[in-house]
Amino acid sequence: MSMPFYVSPEQLMKDRADFARKGIGRGRSVVVLAYDEGIAFATHNPSRSLHKISEIYDRIAFAAVGKYNEFENLRVAGVRYADLRGYSYDRADVNARGLANAYAQTLGTVFTTESKPLEVELVVAEVGPTPAQDQIYRLSYDGSVADETGFVVMGGQAEQLGRDLGEAWHPGLTLPQVLRLAVATLGGADAHDGDPGQGIPADQLEVAVLDRTRPRRAFRRLAGAVLAGLLEHSPEEKPEEAPHGS
Amino acid sequence: MDFSGRLPHAFTTPGSSSFVEFLASHAPDLLPSHRAGGPGAAGPGTSGAQLAPHATTIVALTFGNPGSPGAGVVMAGDRRATMGSMIANREIEKVFPADEFSAVGIAGTAGIAVELVRLFQLELEHYEKIEGALLSLDGKANRLSTMIRANLGLALQGLAVVPLFAGYDLARGLGRIFSYDVTGGRYEERDHHSVGSGSVFARGSLKKRWRPGLDEARAVHVAVEALYDAADDDSATGGPDSVRQIWPVVVTVTAQGYRRVPDDELAAVAAQIVAERTEQADGTRAARAGLARPTAGLAPEPPGVPPDQPDPTHQPDEGGDAQ
Repeated sequence: MSMPFYVSPEQLMKDRADFARKGIGRGRSVVVLAYDEGIAFATHNPSRSLHKISEIYDRIAFAAVGKYNEFENLRVAGVRYADLRGYSYDRADVNARGLANAYAQTLGTVFTTESKPLEVELVVAEVGPTPAQDQIYRLSYDGSVADETGFVVMGGQAEQLGRDLGEAWHPGLTLPQVLRLAVATLGGADAHDGDPGQGIPADQLEVAVLDRTRPRRAFRRLAGAVLAGLLEHSPEEKPEEAPHGS
Repeated sequence: MDFSGRLPHAFTTPGSSSFVEFLASHAPDLLPSHRAGGPGAAGPGTSGAQLAPHATTIVALTFGNPGSPGAGVVMAGDRRATMGSMIANREIEKVFPADEFSAVGIAGTAGIAVELVRLFQLELEHYEKIEGALLSLDGKANRLSTMIRANLGLALQGLAVVPLFAGYDLARGLGRIFSYDVTGGRYEERDHHSVGSGSVFARGSLKKRWRPGLDEARAVHVAVEALYDAADDDSATGGPDSVRQIWPVVVTVTAQGYRRVPDDELAAVAAQIVAERTEQADGTRAARAGLARPTAGLAPEPPGVPPDQPDPTHQPDEGGDAQ
């Protein structure tokens, strides 16, 4: 393709960034929240099978917003990366930082060298033995990486929701508490009224956790009765152990 | 990897959900089947059994009634690996979880088998993560078959791997067992099966002890007893070792998933089997002594046995026929 007019690199990058941001802003938000026994992920997603949140490895999960075909491709690449690494070294040698780096390089290379940037934003999270060792990385369309603590909101009105969440979130929340907070935040985005938490029914939510108390594979999806039960608990109540293998 | 550090194209190529296929295209040197046995690796007079540790007997049997809540399958393996006539390892584990609803046991060259199991576990987990769904039990059995087939070259040089695969079929609600040959042939077995050097004896035991509709505890007992019988007659199969507290690896797979039977339960089962067999042997000895000396107990000490010689009517403790 010929390039008849001069376009300054600043303008080129800005145009690409605007393009990617627009694509990402169109979708619904995903929130990622740390709680006392792990990391929770939630989004408004009516589909039962086209997931935005998935398992990458034993202690690592992935969440994404943006174009489905693009982040699905990155998700599969991440599973292959992690499985290959775990197979050639050991399961303990697969970590979120390495994966976040590989994603960052991929996103960055596509952003600068290909005709269209990837319209995605990702979170790679790894649950550690203690809350202090949890890692949450947020990756943008241009390959920039941010090491987040506590919570992340991506997609949709991410900035507004991030501010709301920043006021309500604090370390040491329990799973029912963070789930209610997540639903209230997501519901706030959808409804814009004073009745948060009622906006999204449980069957329209995609929720998963990385539970540090589970022995090997920490990732677990929460759906149906288990999720409804967790959302019903009042925050003061100690939740009962959710049934295994849901 | 190229030098930009981005994920190589093989990683982002859509299509396959198979980790083995991904390895074959991206890093074939990591596949167990990639290992080339050099010419004459197993020349005349050298067999694989002398080169590397050999894993032995695995048994599997179904229990419960198909479709009922208690249905499932038990798999058990002894703890011995041999190299020729030497015991290479007395604590090796040969039964592994393949995934949440299946188990795989291995007989044959231990090194290759363990590597194969590792790859098989990863293959199933990889599929599950990429597809977001479990493979069907038949699908899992077929994947294992493909992986055994790739090992045929080595098998012909004496480094064969023969797995036994068992799992709970979630669609049909029953435990199923699959056996394999070195060419990758896959055969579904009814009720029970065993593989490895002691399998002949274990199978005899299973035939007599297995009953339709066994419960889980009873099925574990039958599996341990089959291994006991295999160890009785096959030198390459290890029996329960109460001195070192080494018990067989016994696992159950039911609708609730994979469970490894804890050692304290197995210690009790093994003790019960040893007690039953000791009682039988005592009974046999007593009967034999009774035949040799019908008036035993009434007659005085038989003459002619010098005090430093063993009593010919007294059977030694070991080597007696338990049956």
